[in-house]
Amino acid sequence: MKRHVLGQDLRFWLLAIVVMLVAQGIFFLGDRDIPIFNLVGGPFAKRVIISACTISIVSLGLNLIYGFNGQFSLGQWGFYALGAYAAADVTYRWNIGDASGLVFVVLVVALLAVTYGLIGRLIRRSFGFMDEMSKFTLYLIGTAMAVVVSLILTRLLHGVVGAIFGILPATLSMQLVFLIATLAAAGLAAVFSYLFGQPVLKLGGDYFGIASWGLTMVMFVLANNADRVFPEMKGSRGMIGIPVVTDWPWAYLFLVLVALTMRNLLDSSHGRAVISIREDETAAKAMGIDTTQYKTLAFVIGSFFAGLAGSLYAHQEGFLHPSTFNFIKSFDPLIIIVFGGLGSITGTIVASFGWAMVLFYILPSILPAGGEGWRFVVYPLALLLIMLLRQQGLLGGTEWGFLKPTRWSLAKKLQSQTKATEKAADAQAGAGVLPPEVAR
Amino acid sequence: MQRVATWRRKGLGRLFLWGLAALAAYVLIRNLVTNPTLFFQQVINGLQLGFVYALISLGYTMVYGIVRLINFAHGDIFMVGAFVSFYAISRFQLNQVPAQIVGGLSSNISAFLGTILVIILSMLTCSALATTVERVAYKPLRNAPRIAALITAIGVSFFLEYFAALEFVFTSDYINYQRPFPVQVWDIRGVKISNIMLIIVVTAIIFLVILQQIVRRTKIGKAMRATSYDTPTARLMGINVDGVITFTFALGAALAGAGSVLYAIAYPQLIVFMGILPGLKAFVAAVLGGIGSIPGAFIGSLIMGQAEVLSAGYLSTTLRDAIAFTILILVLLVRPQGLFGEPEGEKV
Repeated sequence: MKRHVLGQDLRFWLLAIVVMLVAQGIFFLGDRDIPIFNLVGGPFAKRVIISACTISIVSLGLNLIYGFNGQFSLGQWGFYALGAYAAADVTYRWNIGDASGLVFVVLVVALLAVTYGLIGRLIRRSFGFMDEMSKFTLYLIGTAMAVVVSLILTRLLHGVVGAIFGILPATLSMQLVFLIATLAAAGLAAVFSYLFGQPVLKLGGDYFGIASWGLTMVMFVLANNADRVFPEMKGSRGMIGIPVVTDWPWAYLFLVLVALTMRNLLDSSHGRAVISIREDETAAKAMGIDTTQYKTLAFVIGSFFAGLAGSLYAHQEGFLHPSTFNFIKSFDPLIIIVFGGLGSITGTIVASFGWAMVLFYILPSILPAGGEGWRFVVYPLALLLIMLLRQQGLLGGTEWGFLKPTRWSLAKKLQSQTKATEKAADAQAGAGVLPPEVAR
Repeated sequence: MQRVATWRRKGLGRLFLWGLAALAAYVLIRNLVTNPTLFFQQVINGLQLGFVYALISLGYTMVYGIVRLINFAHGDIFMVGAFVSFYAISRFQLNQVPAQIVGGLSSNISAFLGTILVIILSMLTCSALATTVERVAYKPLRNAPRIAALITAIGVSFFLEYFAALEFVFTSDYINYQRPFPVQVWDIRGVKISNIMLIIVVTAIIFLVILQQIVRRTKIGKAMRATSYDTPTARLMGINVDGVITFTFALGAALAGAGSVLYAIAYPQLIVFMGILPGLKAFVAAVLGGIGSIPGAFIGSLIMGQAEVLSAGYLSTTLRDAIAFTILILVLLVRPQGLFGEPEGEKV
């Protein structure tokens, strides 16, 4: 019997581990400045590759929202910012011996998830239909309550949790806290996107895009003023002192998990429901698909990925500045997914790596000294050329290798079978009419 | 019974929105009562900003109305217009040309004519640039998916910004703008009104009237309306749709060019990224008023200007952009088509 983990067999996971180890080896050699290796695996190249993993995860999330579900969103960068700041605050506080951030984020995510579930049930049970704004108000009240409760609980619990984690060796507890912080920050982004999506998702089309863009702007402004509530975030001066934890294995692991999760989701009946909304929302509704629910699903999962990537980014740089999250940069994932092909996981990953390598590694090393300004002159020209020559993107909705949905191959097999049967039937019919010699 | 049911379904949301509105009204009225001078000063400042936004947002709204494209490059065309006027004034002293040609002109009239000259130059440059951009970047993508055109618009925006930031173009430093005429401030019971503010308001209203006349009365305006209403049919009726689209881009850019000079006079500091934020807010204003509608863009801009200045004055200076965008989201939730827009029917 074959064991499958996340829909992939043992061979895949062995291969994945080998790839990780080989890359780690290259980085190790590159760090020691050994020729050839320092070109592909030097500290700078490594940084670019890790940020390519991060940007892939953000873009995969956006591809789920826009490429697969057809909801034009510019809010991805806002959730990225939320995840980055939330996770950075948790590990920063942990680093100075304060477990309150960790406890609070985990508690608030858990409580909010439960609260939202209960409110959803309450609405279904006793209100039946309710307009989006009222739902939003209810959820908002629930959110406020959950935040207050978790603040109180944090006061009570953070000493105990700090002590428990304190038993572990420092390096191990740091990694563990990072993992929890990343997941909790991603959860926070997801929960928040659920709240935001309640009223806004119904807008659809460009209006949803504009409203979510507003969210990105609001997040940017909040990041600039974060020091009023959280002095350690330092607002527009930039947050420093975040422990640098994200290394190649973490970035790689999260990228593989995110890509597989997305592939498996899209390969399921839920995934087909998500895709059907992109193809034709009215038809999907007519077929009995709860479009609101599936739009929310895609939006929440996409935002979850954004929050996750935000945490990776924060712990890679060790430094956060609001200018990273301004709305001009929020176009980056959009550009990447259009490059890679809307509705293609492989395309997004390939495009992210290509984009990051070309823009941050190859172009800066090709351009002569003093010509840094030309980098962003060449980039939009390339953008224009690609849009003129290949509008459907690099891969245009196709997948490679293990990211291919199983049912595609099944459908293809069925198709080829029907074709073969038809051919055989034709051949038989032909054989009946014409003698073999004539037919030949 | 019916009312109870409606309350159950919608009451909470309405309560929430009315509560927010009441809160805003309370803050405003309290400040109006405690310090009316300051309040009117804020309103005046908001008007000045709002009229500049109006000139920019008309370009967004017309282009969106016809080709359904969010023209991200519009803000950067605005920036180019401001820089052109800077060079015209500081390097070539264009604002003094009338005085040189006609001797003995009073300094006020000469400055007035010079400013008009600068504005016209800026408008022409912006129109030429927008036409070029439209021909080179957008026209080949007319039949492509809309996202391709959007990405192209973002690309053009990046290109204009970073090309302008190069050393031999406009450089990436802040540049102090030299006003073509001296500033005069009148004090009316403590409320300060400058001649800049009056010029902005008058110019914006003149341009709005001209634009409205072009759209309503002329042949090309009729063609624009027809194209906006139904492009394929307009083409079948013998309208040169490509020409109309190019004209729309040029018209919008000309207004942005005029707006850029006024903006630079009012806020005299230039940088190559200066077009981003006004462009963004003008776009938001266009959405607020109902994108595709010219009066809507105008009213939306005025609201946006007031919202920005009042929230900066009474709530928080640093959070004003966040407040402006929150207003946008709320308006979209209550009226997705904007204040003056027509609701889009769902097509099956």
